[in-house]
Amino acid sequence: MSDTHAQTVAYVRDTMLPEAPPPAAERGLVKWVRENLASSWLNIVLTLLSLALVWYVLSHVLPWFWYTVWNAGSLTECREIRDAAFGEGTPSACFAVIKDRWPQLLFGFYPPEFYWRPVLALVLFFVAIAPVLFANLPRKLLWFTAASPFVLVWLFWGGTIWGPLAVAAGFGIGYAAYLGILPIAGGLGAVIGAIVVPVLYWLLLAGPIAGALAGVAPIGLTFVPSDDFGGFMLSFIIGISGIILSLPLGILLALGRQSNLFILNKTSTIFIEVIRGVPLIVWLFTASLLLNYFLPPGTNFDLMLRVIIMVTLFSSAYIAEVVRGGLAALPRGQYEAADSLGLDYWKAQRLIIMPQALKISIPGIVNTFIGLFKDTVLVVFIGLLDPIGLSNAIRATTDWNGIYWELFVFIGLLFFICCFSMSQYSQYLERKLATGHR
Amino acid sequence: MSVISDEQDSGFRLSQLIYDTRYRSLTIQVVAFMLLTLFFSWLAWNTIQNLEALGKDFNFGFLQNRAGYDINQRLIEYSSDSTHGRAAMVGILNTLLVAFLGCILATILGVFAGVLRLSNNWIVARLMTVYVEGFRNVPLLLWILVIFAVMSEGMPQPREFRGENPTASMMLGDSVAVTNRGIYVPRLGFTNSLSGKEAVAPQEGAAPVASGAIDWLLILGVLAASILAIRALRGWAGRRQEATGDRPVIWYYELGLLIVPTAAVLLFLGATLVNPYLRGFNFTEGTYLRNSLIALWLALSLYTGAFIAENVRGGILAISKGQTEAAYALGLRPGRTMSLVVLPQAMRVIIPPLISQYLNLTKNSSLAIAVGYMDARSTLGGITINQTGRELEGMLLLGAFYLVISLLISGGMNVYNQSVKLKER
Repeated sequence: MSDTHAQTVAYVRDTMLPEAPPPAAERGLVKWVRENLASSWLNIVLTLLSLALVWYVLSHVLPWFWYTVWNAGSLTECREIRDAAFGEGTPSACFAVIKDRWPQLLFGFYPPEFYWRPVLALVLFFVAIAPVLFANLPRKLLWFTAASPFVLVWLFWGGTIWGPLAVAAGFGIGYAAYLGILPIAGGLGAVIGAIVVPVLYWLLLAGPIAGALAGVAPIGLTFVPSDDFGGFMLSFIIGISGIILSLPLGILLALGRQSNLFILNKTSTIFIEVIRGVPLIVWLFTASLLLNYFLPPGTNFDLMLRVIIMVTLFSSAYIAEVVRGGLAALPRGQYEAADSLGLDYWKAQRLIIMPQALKISIPGIVNTFIGLFKDTVLVVFIGLLDPIGLSNAIRATTDWNGIYWELFVFIGLLFFICCFSMSQYSQYLERKLATGHR
Repeated sequence: MSVISDEQDSGFRLSQLIYDTRYRSLTIQVVAFMLLTLFFSWLAWNTIQNLEALGKDFNFGFLQNRAGYDINQRLIEYSSDSTHGRAAMVGILNTLLVAFLGCILATILGVFAGVLRLSNNWIVARLMTVYVEGFRNVPLLLWILVIFAVMSEGMPQPREFRGENPTASMMLGDSVAVTNRGIYVPRLGFTNSLSGKEAVAPQEGAAPVASGAIDWLLILGVLAASILAIRALRGWAGRRQEATGDRPVIWYYELGLLIVPTAAVLLFLGATLVNPYLRGFNFTEGTYLRNSLIALWLALSLYTGAFIAENVRGGILAISKGQTEAAYALGLRPGRTMSLVVLPQAMRVIIPPLISQYLNLTKNSSLAIAVGYMDARSTLGGITINQTGRELEGMLLLGAFYLVISLLISGGMNVYNQSVKLKER
């Protein structure tokens, strides 16, 4: 049979052809353009429209960024320099205002000789937060993390060192009370003791003890009142305290809302719905106008502290809803497996439920944090000097009257960097924790 | 057979309250309830003490008093002689107005941006990413201020429209004027108005017009009737298709039903566009959209639109690729696949977060304070409180207003969720 084949087919190629490059339209830039910019008529129209938009925006914005004045004392001076250098009426950014006023935008009216304190605090904060964010750092750093809240508060506000130390000692006393009561009254009694004893200590003893120690050994930094705080420092302090405090509170609220104890359940639900149903501005006004009504007559405490409390409560309600979503997304079998292992409620939550539920809710939690950080600018309405408040103050001076865009660009850029890096971190965390069940 | 030989303890020991799981939950609840009651009575007691010390009482009578301040944008009749209650109403309507407009625009922007972000056109997808990330990562307040500054600093003053060689000119055939005080657009006037009001000529040489609520109700009524008729027509076409397998072509009937009756009513009422024109130092006639309203509306829509875009994108991505492939295998074209297979399923994922974005938008509208838009917070929670000194009552009412809105919306969302929930075994 093979003979017939040899007769009918005149020629059989017995070597491979050399590989030829793909046709010109199917490779390189041309292919990319064809696939990504011009795959259909609609796409060509969209591409052209987008290019026109990009051109329109850039042709207006780029010259403004290109002709920049960095050294001037006032807007008029800025315009004179611009007229001399680039010609009259050239669109030109006057970033001199940032150069002139950046300490204010960053620190508010914090005394300039103490700028090292917030800067050091920021550095220490990053050192403290690093072992929490990245698991491959040495675990011993966590001790520093635990100590950092007291160090940071002391650096920002100053005053005697004994105040933060006396407060920190409360936690040691609580632990000691737990250990002391455990053999006498059992687990529950020890837990109650570990809560009640330090609270009593903080309410009754901590103040006098710190005062006495400060009298004996006056070690401390110059006290800076909260009224001097402002700018991005203020946003950072409010945002970060809110973030740190609202996570545990939010988790507790979510557990409360999932619980089958009627009163706890209803209380958590009402709290969450009321907080979420009303805008943050209204809560902030409540904090500044109404809080004094609800406290014993004569109490008057720091506006900034009130804001931190309000922001914390506000975002904890949102976090509770996010965590509740994570709890609801867990298969019922996980709860039943934990029960059948004989774990009690808290052990089951800590070892089985929470690690999985929190992993599911990471994107939502980080979104809440980003929202909280952005919402810190709302404090401008109750008279705190956040970056936007300061930009209004700068614009109100005769030197910089009428300057808008440069300040907006600066503030927007700083917020963008912070929020964008938070969202990038959350994506990193999601990738790292993905265990690939799909 | 194992015999349960649990020793029955006849007596009840106090420690059972803590260590017996039958009673423990009850104990915890009773303790929690007592603590809560204590806490709230403490708050109430403090409040009573403080109010007494200030010589104030707690009543809502101030709502009946004369307000004495002006509100620059009002949807209902209001003057400074009206009551504080009326002022609060004006503010609430203003909040609802900007929230309603914002929800519409934000949905349009969000759906477009979300779909385009998934487009295989490189530059369009990148542009949409820039839009979404830019708006999501910068505070809304900053955007409101930026847009307000663009409006009030970047736009021409009314006097620049004046003179022989004006530096600014009106747009769209002298009908729209964009000034630094706001935007003036034409309004609809009726030469045969049914309202019985006296017709006034808006401008010398123009036909006298009037307008009243009844005219608008008539137009809206006819429009609603047309839409109902269109739905009925579609239902008939659907039944027809079920019966015969042939779908009748009805789109031109639909178009006709939509346009013809409304156009007839407009013709009957003698509707004419009343253009704004320059008189004295400012524009007059037409509808005046204030800077504050526009800045707030645009900023809220753009900001919320970025979030909605992410929800839409997530919803589309959540539909497994197998669904699209199955639709292609059945021979559906890409457009029909999107509208008949992917979108109906994606809607179930998109709608709940979409509604909570509407809720966020409504609450964020309280940022109106930044641009001086007179919303509920500025009237009821701002000037009224300052004038009457009734912080407690005012904030309580304001909070209740927002709470009612959000409970209504989330209640609606729960009903919707129930109706589209996957019916599982």
